Amino acid sequence: MLEIKDLHASVEEKEILKGLSLNVKAGEVHAIMGPNGSGKSTLANIVAGKEDYEVTKGEILLNGEDMEELAAEERAHKGVFLSFQYPVEIPGVTVTNFMKTAINETRKAQGLEEMPAKDMLKKIREKSELLEIDRKFLSRSLNEGFSGGEKKRNEIFQMAMMEPKLAILDETDSGLDIDALRIVANGVNKLKGGDNAIVVITHYQRLLEYIVPDFVHVLYDGKIVKSGTKELALELEEKGYDWIKEEINA
Amino acid sequence: MELKEKLVSSFLAFENTVDIDAPVHDIRSQAIKVFEEKGFPTKKEEAWKYTSLNTILKHDYSVFPKEENALEFKDVKKYFLHDLDTYKIVFIDGIYSSHLSETTHDKIDVCLMSSALTKDKYKPLIDNYFNKIARQDGLSSLNTAFSKEGAYIYIPKNKLADKPIQIIHFSTGKESSLLLQPRNLIIVEENSHVQIIERHQSLTENQVLTNSVTEIFADKRAVVDYYKIQNDNQNASLIDNTYIEQQAQSLASVHTFAFGGNITRNNLNFFQKGEGIDSVLNGITIIEEKQHVDHNTLVHHTAPNCESHQDYKGIFDEKAIGVFNGKIIVNKEAQKTNAFQSNNNILLSDKATINSKPQLEIFADDVKCSHGCTIGQLDENALFYMRSRGIGEKEAKALMMYAFANNVLESVKIPQLKSRINKLIANKLNVDIGFDL
Repeated sequence: MLEIKDLHASVEEKEILKGLSLNVKAGEVHAIMGPNGSGKSTLANIVAGKEDYEVTKGEILLNGEDMEELAAEERAHKGVFLSFQYPVEIPGVTVTNFMKTAINETRKAQGLEEMPAKDMLKKIREKSELLEIDRKFLSRSLNEGFSGGEKKRNEIFQMAMMEPKLAILDETDSGLDIDALRIVANGVNKLKGGDNAIVVITHYQRLLEYIVPDFVHVLYDGKIVKSGTKELALELEEKGYDWIKEEINA
Repeated sequence: MELKEKLVSSFLAFENTVDIDAPVHDIRSQAIKVFEEKGFPTKKEEAWKYTSLNTILKHDYSVFPKEENALEFKDVKKYFLHDLDTYKIVFIDGIYSSHLSETTHDKIDVCLMSSALTKDKYKPLIDNYFNKIARQDGLSSLNTAFSKEGAYIYIPKNKLADKPIQIIHFSTGKESSLLLQPRNLIIVEENSHVQIIERHQSLTENQVLTNSVTEIFADKRAVVDYYKIQNDNQNASLIDNTYIEQQAQSLASVHTFAFGGNITRNNLNFFQKGEGIDSVLNGITIIEEKQHVDHNTLVHHTAPNCESHQDYKGIFDEKAIGVFNGKIIVNKEAQKTNAFQSNNNILLSDKATINSKPQLEIFADDVKCSHGCTIGQLDENALFYMRSRGIGEKEAKALMMYAFANNVLESVKIPQLKSRINKLIANKLNVDIGFDL
């Protein structure tokens, strides 16, 4: 599904990713953990197509296709979804209208007809129930005045609506209380299937109790320095990152 | 011959077409003298610092329409709000078109200024209201001097105009360059309501300059909603001089949608004359190329416990130039005034310009007045957010611009008009958003 090969990327001439490789197959859940400033969000943004970064070396392949030349919206059309660490407030555009536009623009790009209004409403109802989102919420301006937890829940609602092939969750657990965490994790787990993949970026092991990863990677100083199974996450939780730093520097 | 001289000398010819013994003609004669003395404004005047009329004054305008021109409704239907039942006062090259109009004298008067200025039954109202609040500056005086035709709307006490009124000015381009000077008078008595939509539309690429004066009187508890659609083609310029006098507890709103034209100058003046008045001035400006739109507003608070709300949004692309000059005067007596003004702008190009200037003159000590002005670009993070959801760059930008202008659209009370403005914005931004905000 997603193959990242020796990726080097910089922003304003400062190299942030320094030879990152990652291979995510359909049906898998990968967790990427690491200390602050290790390049986790950069990785998420680059895969989603943010233009502020310069890829200096390496490649990102989605189902074998090089993504370098693809704009953010084209990646979305091919099934990439990023749940933002800091979702942006867009006053004047309601959640419902935003989703209608996003879905229909994507369908248009895929050569499909617009989704009939009735189906759209049904889907919105279904997915908002899944994420336990109040109906009133849907007619509010996107993210405007939402609490941190509401914003994150709204991200996963959007994910549920878009049904992506590759979902990248960037610190989706930050700002969530335990109930919200469970709801969000449930929403993510519903998406899981044989033909899509999920990459969870997180600081803490907490989320991984609910979204159980097949693989855990440690990102440090722009590279993946250690990979393992879910037990690695527990070890990190217990011992912090210092032992990894020591291991590398040794 | 310069336009000013041409106009002054044309006044004699104009006098052959009107009754010079009528009292209103004294007002005209007075006004041509004022124009002769003051002439057109120049950039030396503070209020015209950012807008020069030089390029549009150099054309050799025809001052009087020579012949009556006809238009078929089907050809101009798109400029009407045709999905809405309305009264219509339509002019073609400055001449009334009975064919395209729908006027009334049933309980209310929706008719022509030419009737109001000449027929005896209107005389008391004309004596009371005509040219009572228009400023004695060069442009308004020029209009007064040649005042003859326009819309006349009279809503007596305790009446609701049963449908909105559209005032539409077409120019056909029969003349290579044409000067139009419509003169409107709108009187809304106690407790009465009216909604008016005004549009100027040139149908060819020939030069048109419109110097329009509208006087509006809103008596006690009257409600007046005025919508101006300014989406003319690139050789049409408009100087709109609108004066509104409000009595106690009246509510008057003017929405100005400036999407086109060459040079557009809106002189919008509110004079509050009683307590408990609310004045609303809203505008959306979306222009590009070398278009120039200047909003010059005045709200004069003279009595206690009144409000004014100004919200102007502007989006400027390419070499477009925007000006916002908003003046608020609060007299010493006008305690407890709430006056709000905001002017937010987005520049889409390095070559676009916005000049924004609030002017507050506050002589009362117990008031709430606020003004705010922002100038910015589209938020890159928001654009990336939308694009990451599959919304293309152009659509994402448009959606953000819609969202930016949204609260001004929200206050439009006629749904069909709101939907039309939505479509005009979508056309302007060259997108199909697929829903109304």
